Amino acid sequence: MTGRGTGGTAAALPSDRWRIWDTALWLVPIVAYFAFPDHLVLGSQVIITALFALSLDIVLGYAGITSLGHAAFFGLGAYTAGLLAAHGWGEPLSGLACAAVVAAVAGYLTSFLVVRGSALVQLMITLGVALLLMEAANKAARWTGGTDGLSDMTFGQLLGVFRFDLAGRTGYAYSLAIAFGAFVLVRRVVSSPFGLSLRAIREGAARMPALGAPVGRRLVAAFTFGAALAGIAGALLTQTTQAVALGVLDLERSASVLIMLVLGGTGRLYGAFIGAGLFMLMQDYLARRDPVYWQLWIGCLLVAVVLIGRGGILGIADALRARWAGRSAR
Amino acid sequence: MAAFITVLFDGVAYGSVLFVISVGMSVTLGLMRFINLAHGAFAMFGGFTACVLADRWGVSMFASLPVVLVGFAAVGAVLERLVYRWVSRTRPLDQVLLTIGIAFIATAVAGKIWGPYPRRLVVPEVLTGQLHVLGVDLGVYRLFLIGMVLVITAAMHVLIERTRFGAQLRAAVDRPEAGAGLGIPVNRVFTASFAIGCGLAAVGGVLGVGTLGLDFNFTFRYMVYFLLVVVVGGEGSILGSAMAAVALGVFDVVGKYYFPSVGAFLIYALMVVLLLVFPHGLIRRGR
Repeated sequence: MTGRGTGGTAAALPSDRWRIWDTALWLVPIVAYFAFPDHLVLGSQVIITALFALSLDIVLGYAGITSLGHAAFFGLGAYTAGLLAAHGWGEPLSGLACAAVVAAVAGYLTSFLVVRGSALVQLMITLGVALLLMEAANKAARWTGGTDGLSDMTFGQLLGVFRFDLAGRTGYAYSLAIAFGAFVLVRRVVSSPFGLSLRAIREGAARMPALGAPVGRRLVAAFTFGAALAGIAGALLTQTTQAVALGVLDLERSASVLIMLVLGGTGRLYGAFIGAGLFMLMQDYLARRDPVYWQLWIGCLLVAVVLIGRGGILGIADALRARWAGRSAR
Repeated sequence: MAAFITVLFDGVAYGSVLFVISVGMSVTLGLMRFINLAHGAFAMFGGFTACVLADRWGVSMFASLPVVLVGFAAVGAVLERLVYRWVSRTRPLDQVLLTIGIAFIATAVAGKIWGPYPRRLVVPEVLTGQLHVLGVDLGVYRLFLIGMVLVITAAMHVLIERTRFGAQLRAAVDRPEAGAGLGIPVNRVFTASFAIGCGLAAVGGVLGVGTLGLDFNFTFRYMVYFLLVVVVGGEGSILGSAMAAVALGVFDVVGKYYFPSVGAFLIYALMVVLLLVFPHGLIRRGR
């Protein structure tokens, strides 16, 4: 993928101006709120998962770090918010901030182990850190509830006004607002000089020091940022479901978020949202009929994405658009 | 003391099974640099095949070993030709995704055919019972597993380091284009190596039914262990993999026996530390 700003006389930063289809895409969840009032709990889970996938997109899609343990930070955020609430701190927004800080610190520390290695070493270290945390959460049952998870918690009213209701209206709006805020932030970051340097590192890490870019420090920053966002996503899940299960840390979560992101398209921001939405809706539909078939489907889908559809759904869309544009130009 | 030696021995036997399954991955991942997260699926299907052979036709475990070895080598060769080859060797993420996909498919297929219950396999009578050596009870089957490790390590070492095929493989891995220029059938060498790895994984699956347990979730449950053996052992080093597998087995069993409250934590911590200290594995292959 080449930067969009390379055309013309001077290399400009990519524009992050809001286009019409940006607005159109963000209208979808708002319309869904009114169209499917009975499915808001699923809806907020989709949004939270999309935010989680977006956080992985920074790490994998932009910085090019292979991570098979991103659930570590999601889980840390989820447990942070859960433990705070279980011990009487039920104010949601400050819980979210705490979760982000905890996940960011963990991400910062982990990043030093990750940024230097080959893809295989990155994969193994991220996987190892996630497994380590999961085992720790499992064994520290006194605090985390172990395999039973945490469920004895109450959250205060959001902004002192909105109560978390059973139908999930507050949870949905809250998740959507946070996801939107995160999206705007990420969009700004990836089209900044910092974001451009990340892409350049992904494409050719060996050449970047020659341009004066501190490769290691940039990757550490990107990994930490991704971890913080994943922590926010995890805390959102805890706050909207009022429970934490050990599953927030497991390999399946790390793998499925990777699958969603690749399905939607990496390094494209919206890929995370499209992939997560599609994946979660399919899972909801297919897994309810037969979980075994769901695994079969997801396996076939992955093989197909790798062998046929490079770049996921948005990649295919880009290729089709490029072909169409080429034909109309002729 | 005797109890400790028995636990230690259990750990070594457990590590032996891990090694037999992972040794193929030591070739595909370590040498050929292909990240195959579905490697355990070959072990799983190997184990199930032996169970079916035993249940339906009363085939003994010994007899099923060569059948499984050849059968799954053939399956591996076909898969390499049809699927694995089309994934770029320079794009590790694609390999990860493809092979996770294959692992999902394998898990779903095994779950559909054999259901959720764990399987058992009858061990031949020769291999049951205990030996008393210097006041310590040693299971015969475990001794047999350790013997298998020695045989396979020696055979693979000779195959890779001392034969013409091994020289072709090493050349094809290091410099595929130059190797092809010298007339080495690079693609065929890769297919054959992949097939050998898959066959051995299936053999390990049969041997490990009693030690690791066998059910449809096997591929994912042990994925980390196999990766660990290869990555910690060193790139393509058979001896390194054997050492790593035995160390992993001993640490895991000793840890679970003496420090049950810590559990698998010890293994994962060991993994992260080892990867940091030896980023290229215990034994690094010279170039």
